[in-house]
Amino acid sequence: MTLGLHGLRLRAGEFTLEFSAELHARVTGLFGASGSGKTTLVEIIAGLRRPESGRVCLDATVLADVATGKFLPPEQRRIGYVPQDGALFPHLDVEGNLLFAERRAPTGAAVFSRDRVCAVLGIGDLRSRRVTELSGGERQRVALARALVSAPRLLLLDEPLAGLDAARKEAILPYLRRIRDEFVLPMVYVSHVAQEMIALCDDMAVLSAGRLLQLGSVEEVFRQPATPEVARIVGVETVQPARMVEMRDGLATVAIGAVRLSALAAGLPTDTTTVFVSIRAEDVILLKGDGAVQTSARNQLAGTVRAVVPMGPTLRIELDCGFPLVAVLTRQSAEELGLAVGGRLAALVKAPNVHLIPRG
Amino acid sequence: MGEILQVTLFTLGVALLGTLLILPPGVALAWVLARRQWPGKAVVETFVALPLVIPPVATGLVLLKLFGRQGVLGRLFENVFGLEIVFTWRAVVLATGVMAFPLLVRTARVAFEEVPERLEGVARTLGAGPGRVFFTISLPLARRGLIAGGVLAFARALGEFGATVMVAGMIPGKTVTLALGIYHDVLLGHDDAAFGLLAISVTLAFAAVALSEWLLRRPAP
Repeated sequence: MTLGLHGLRLRAGEFTLEFSAELHARVTGLFGASGSGKTTLVEIIAGLRRPESGRVCLDATVLADVATGKFLPPEQRRIGYVPQDGALFPHLDVEGNLLFAERRAPTGAAVFSRDRVCAVLGIGDLRSRRVTELSGGERQRVALARALVSAPRLLLLDEPLAGLDAARKEAILPYLRRIRDEFVLPMVYVSHVAQEMIALCDDMAVLSAGRLLQLGSVEEVFRQPATPEVARIVGVETVQPARMVEMRDGLATVAIGAVRLSALAAGLPTDTTTVFVSIRAEDVILLKGDGAVQTSARNQLAGTVRAVVPMGPTLRIELDCGFPLVAVLTRQSAEELGLAVGGRLAALVKAPNVHLIPRG
Repeated sequence: MGEILQVTLFTLGVALLGTLLILPPGVALAWVLARRQWPGKAVVETFVALPLVIPPVATGLVLLKLFGRQGVLGRLFENVFGLEIVFTWRAVVLATGVMAFPLLVRTARVAFEEVPERLEGVARTLGAGPGRVFFTISLPLARRGLIAGGVLAFARALGEFGATVMVAGMIPGKTVTLALGIYHDVLLGHDDAAFGLLAISVTLAFAAVALSEWLLRRPAP
């Protein structure tokens, strides 16, 4: 799938959205604070808003081209759209909502049959319920199911987990992965939560004030933010793929290359084999020298300073500990440590600060 | 007694017909006002509100000039359909419809504005064209407001006096409604007869309220 967004421009409130990019990934995340233009962009792709200039193409199909005046209305685009609150039709029950989508789906799309979609999303028991009687998590799953039943070529998800508590979010993420894998459906996933990007997306685009700041793989964007602004927006994080070594007594040991890290195993499926390790830069403590010290932190890593990047009152320190690790220090701390590129340091990270995100 | 029954049925009939006639254009206009922006929209809005603001008799005068034998629309109806409008029962329907129109449009417009636009947008992405979205999403969701608007318009039509008397005259057995009848009876000193018509008017008002309550309480289809 290639979603071409060429020279898009639209004034929306206080900012002007200006976006040019080609999206190729299975799941592309649109990342940015509220008001950064994510929803506007998604609405342009869905055909709910007309850009003032630019062109939108999905593979060989031109969806909109301001220059030629072509505009395919949303009902002819076959692009599923799930907004934040699900936007279920309150005058219909769950089945009615699904039927609304199915009646207009192209025939012969058996992959997206109501029964199969309901089975994948686990909503078989809800079908006769009124939508007003659903919980937040159920509502989102029904909204996802309704979009799928319309047999889309592309699925747009606009903050589908916002407004859900942490436990419900955890419960829905596996369903999103199942949609991605079982229906082989490309997705554009809008969120301002880094964990969701890491858990679900292959690529991510960082937006701010209507502009695209960086587009790249999730690992790349977190590891090498293109600008200090991107670093500030994504939060400075170390994101690394890792292998599960063992899980015992609620503690997990994972390996990044030859380096082993301890983390909490809470909430991880027991059959997890590969994960993303995420460490916030603020959670990394640096010590002078690389001699072992007695500390309660489970992870002690010897590292070499590769780069020091000023970010306002703080410094972003890029270390090589056998894998790239990012830390944030105040200027004073850096001076006291005598920190310089090429210097040797020890990095401490407590096990609860090593976050494991299953990579399904 | 037969005369009272005739007046009552005639009033109900013209009010109902007037309301039914304005329902399709009124609902369509309300939707357009709620959902579309275009230059000159304010002019249309003012025109729609006009019968609410100017004296009903003035509206009646305008209708009389438009639909009279020499009027543009009057000649059109006479030549094309062979229909005479002014000083017939058709003029009563016309006057009640025109006077009730703004109430219907205003209420229906608010009803459409309260339907989340996002629901209509999502319905489009699910493959429904604008027409389908209107009939399967907007209309059912605006249902309560539309019913309220219809009942309000009907109630207004039942009591219409000023425009009716201008354009339809006060011809007993032909154009006299309850409102006109009360006035007519009082003019002639038949206060008893006027009170009878008043009682019927009050009864109809209660019935209309009960009907709207019942319509609103029914579950959505």
